[in-house]
Amino acid sequence: MPRKKDTDDINIEMDADESESDDGGNNKRTNNRRQGAGRGGARGRGRGKKPASEDEDEDDEDEAPKGRRGANKKKPVKKRGGRNAKDDDDSEDEAPKKGRKGAANKKKGGKAQDSDDDDSDAGKGKKGKRGGKKGGKDEEDSKGKKGDAKGKDKGKDKDNDNDKKKKKKKDDSSDSDSNTNSEEEESMSEGEMARLMEEVEEKKKLIATIRNKPWRMKRRLVHLKEAQEFVDKFEGALGKGKGRKWYAYKVMMKKKWIKFSRDFENFRTACIPWERKIKEVESHFGSSVASYFIFLRWMYGMNLVLFGFTFGLVVIPEVLMGLPYGSIPRKTVPRVDQHSAQDYSVLMDFQGYCKYSIMFYGYYNNQRTIGLLKFRLPLSYLMVGIGTFGYSLMVVIRTMAKNADVGGGDGDEGEFTFAWKMFTSWDYLIGNSETADNKYASITTSFKESIVDEQENQKDENIHLRRFLRVLANLMIVCSLGGSGYLIYFVVKRSQEFANRDDLSWYEKNELELIMSLLGLVCPPLFETIAELEDYHPRIALKWQLGRIFALFLGNLYTFLFALFDEVNNKLEQEGSIRNASLWAMKEYYANYTLFLNDSSLTPPPMPPADVIRGPCWETAVGIEFVKLTVSDIQVSYLTILIGDFARAVIVRFLNYCWCWDLEAGFPSYGEFDISGNVLGLVFNQGMIWMGAFYAPGLVGINVLRLLSSMYYQCWAVMATNVPHERVFKASKSNNFYMGLLLLILFLSLLPVVYTIMTLPPSFDCGPFSGKPKMFDVIMETIDLDLPAFLGTLFSYAANPGLIIPAVLLMVLAIYYLNSVSEAYQNANMELKKKMQMARDEEKNRRNNTDSTNQVMKDLEDLLPRGSLMAPPEPEKPPEPESRLTKTKPGSAGKGVNLQKDVALASPNPNARGPVNRSPGPRGAGPGQGPGRGQGPGPGRGRGRGPPPR
Amino acid sequence: MGNKQTIFTDEQLDAYQDCTFFTRKEILRLHSRYHELAPHLVPMDYTNDPDCKLPLALIVNMPELNENPFRNRIVESFSEDGMGNLSFNEFVDMFSVLSEMAPRELKAIYAFKIYDFNVDNYLCKEDLVKTLNRLTKEELTPEEVVLVCEKAIEEADLDGDNKLSYADFENMITRAPDFLSTFHIRI
Repeated sequence: MPRKKDTDDINIEMDADESESDDGGNNKRTNNRRQGAGRGGARGRGRGKKPASEDEDEDDEDEAPKGRRGANKKKPVKKRGGRNAKDDDDSEDEAPKKGRKGAANKKKGGKAQDSDDDDSDAGKGKKGKRGGKKGGKDEEDSKGKKGDAKGKDKGKDKDNDNDKKKKKKKDDSSDSDSNTNSEEEESMSEGEMARLMEEVEEKKKLIATIRNKPWRMKRRLVHLKEAQEFVDKFEGALGKGKGRKWYAYKVMMKKKWIKFSRDFENFRTACIPWERKIKEVESHFGSSVASYFIFLRWMYGMNLVLFGFTFGLVVIPEVLMGLPYGSIPRKTVPRVDQHSAQDYSVLMDFQGYCKYSIMFYGYYNNQRTIGLLKFRLPLSYLMVGIGTFGYSLMVVIRTMAKNADVGGGDGDEGEFTFAWKMFTSWDYLIGNSETADNKYASITTSFKESIVDEQENQKDENIHLRRFLRVLANLMIVCSLGGSGYLIYFVVKRSQEFANRDDLSWYEKNELELIMSLLGLVCPPLFETIAELEDYHPRIALKWQLGRIFALFLGNLYTFLFALFDEVNNKLEQEGSIRNASLWAMKEYYANYTLFLNDSSLTPPPMPPADVIRGPCWETAVGIEFVKLTVSDIQVSYLTILIGDFARAVIVRFLNYCWCWDLEAGFPSYGEFDISGNVLGLVFNQGMIWMGAFYAPGLVGINVLRLLSSMYYQCWAVMATNVPHERVFKASKSNNFYMGLLLLILFLSLLPVVYTIMTLPPSFDCGPFSGKPKMFDVIMETIDLDLPAFLGTLFSYAANPGLIIPAVLLMVLAIYYLNSVSEAYQNANMELKKKMQMARDEEKNRRNNTDSTNQVMKDLEDLLPRGSLMAPPEPEKPPEPESRLTKTKPGSAGKGVNLQKDVALASPNPNARGPVNRSPGPRGAGPGQGPGRGQGPGPGRGRGRGPPPR
Repeated sequence: MGNKQTIFTDEQLDAYQDCTFFTRKEILRLHSRYHELAPHLVPMDYTNDPDCKLPLALIVNMPELNENPFRNRIVESFSEDGMGNLSFNEFVDMFSVLSEMAPRELKAIYAFKIYDFNVDNYLCKEDLVKTLNRLTKEELTPEEVVLVCEKAIEEADLDGDNKLSYADFENMITRAPDFLSTFHIRI
């Protein structure tokens, strides 16, 4: 009896479909499916009945609908027909969403439909195959099923999944007709498993990449939900026996891990400070000014880590566990200086109490271990000093590498001048009307320039004048660089003379710092004025400017360093004599001691630590120099902002009411934010920190404070007093340029520090390395005393030149190898690019049906047999981009549907896409699978897959 | 989030995080921005997906978009009805695509949509003229405009149909050095 009904159902269904078959490709699809289903149903009926009855015993949880099954049979089918019709109508106006809706509505109608839709959306062939296979066979059972499915709430996906699951089981049962229920519970054939696993993996991939898909949000959300539910459902079913538990555990851990990493990510982004401040600046001044602040923030982050190292591993242990102030000579202000040690002027020079504080190298004791924890302070001091450089190098290089591959754009200049100008010149970040006006103006000018260039493509007639001007400008800049270098050299020499005198005025004392700051103040504007002569594009001009100021700073820095080294050498000589003197005094004392008291036990002389003769401690002197330089740099830059920008803005703003010309538009006007100067100031300052940090651990702390305050201060200053650049330009990739400068200065500041650590003997009476011939001896000491003996021998072997030379050779070879590999890749890249270009030209020519511009290609084409060149790219190319767009375009959805049909029809032999080797079961429904399967790849291809997930 | 009433359930937030490039905090901020635009229209409680759309005029007035010459197009291309009415989902979608993290391919698709003024899936001359006039505030002479548009099409057109299809556009835009740095809005 039910058999009869079934045939009726199918007929009705087919009629309904056929009557609407003019609706488009979509309908065609469903139609196909129906036919397949019908056939499948017809064939599988004989067998399909049995599993259905078996199910009734098995499916206990489905009690309610079961009774109604027979009675309901007719109704749902009809409903479904109606639904399909409605779906098809829907699909006309909203193509992108159709798939989803269809899936939701027809889920019970058979897996085929459901998975087809998923498939076409996600571009997954696999699912379609499976679904198709099932579809034909399931049709039978699910038709019965539909009765209860319809009875339940549609929206409840739980139920759907339940159904799915059951269907699956039924599949199995019909696969092997003779199987008992208990067996089918357990057994899931290997192929089935693998497919399921694959499917789950695909769903997971979809979840991971869903945000990259150009879909509407609603659709994304729904797909996400479906995929997640699918994964939840079937993940647990994978694996068997013991493996299942392990698999479930793994899956659970993975879920937890994902949750954790997301929370961590949320936390991390919440920790990134000043996002809003920078955004505000960005919207007012465009991305170039903002790039400075982003750089500043990055620097702050890096310095925070350095600060953590230095304070956590050196300063705080010393404060907590080291000897207190006044206990030993190196921690006490000498008697001579004690009366003035608290004077403001002395403290501002970092003498007096400042000099004998944890800020500087000299304060640290050379005890091998301190405190209860036996903290090896000298070792940690050296390690932190080296680690600072190591960490900075790593971070800078990593950031550079990251920036490099973000850059991406590899276009050859001049290929797309106008197109790029048109589509990429507007900076979407701009949110301020003044900046926007400037931007409009600059875009207009740049278009006009390009038009002029285009119109008279021949070279500028003034090329000679321009060249002359550029050479002249460079000459002038070299002159001023040389002049400033000489000035510093002269001042340094003079200050060495002054150092031996006592009657110094304030100016003479601070001459060096003053001159250096003044040069830093005067030269950049001078360079900028000279650069006007050159008439470069502002972005290029910015780089030149940066390079020049960098050269200036570098010259200053190195002159300063050489002067410092002179001083250090003087101090070392001085120290030698003091050391001899104090040793001699010691000996004298002991000799007298033993002579008078006849007691040879060595007690130290009863001298208060303040009176002990001590050496000059050159390390602390160097540290003080760097700290002084840094502090004066901070003062100068803050004062510059206050006077140069703020005072100027105030004057211009308020005097404008009573002035004879327009101050705002005329001469003084408001200042522009000086990107190059500020960036270089920052980079240069960081160089000082790197150099000075070893001799003055407190310097890192000062720098963190400086960066923090300057973030707020400069943000305020730029918003309050500056106007946007007249020619707003983008900061394309200049971030890496800053990084390059930073790397260079890091390297340059590494050299002197490593030189001093490696070659100069540390002072005999101050600092953590006192008493050792070289600073790095502390490592040797640790190896000898703290590590097991065999490690010591191991190290001594490792230090053997016989081992080091091969190691160095190996490294050189590795570098050489990597270098050549990267070169080869580059070549391959170039080759590919050339090929792409060629292919494009070719295509262009073919489409144009005009003469080939590339004569060689044309000749080749003539030589080739007809048609062999034509075939491959043609059919693939056109549908893809368009169809990709139809997904996202509401207005053209109707078109999308048509297109889909075309493609679906055009796709050659859809059946060929399915695999032949499937688990044996559903064979009976064979013919039914064809269309079901074919639909999967067809639309999937036609509708595009969105951009490739990356 | 605990002190206030719940705007989203945790599942919703997770789903949004999966579907966009935003963090939880940013999604909440986006909601508050969306809410600010029309406090009487937008509910604070989004747990049951209220159906609420804001018209183009409101959204275009956000400071982030206010100065943008293409603001109307941006909003229109992200709205489902093409008229510029944005639901919260679409609003989030818009800023997600325009965020810094969105990949080049995704941005290219939407950039194409934005510049496609007449929604015919091609950038034809008419579109380019509109683009150019918005970029320059119509300060170029008509001859210059025509010249620039012709040049741009000539440069980027691969198939010689005198309009840019998406393939042409993508090919051109993916090689532009400034595209990623300029086609983003920080919210």
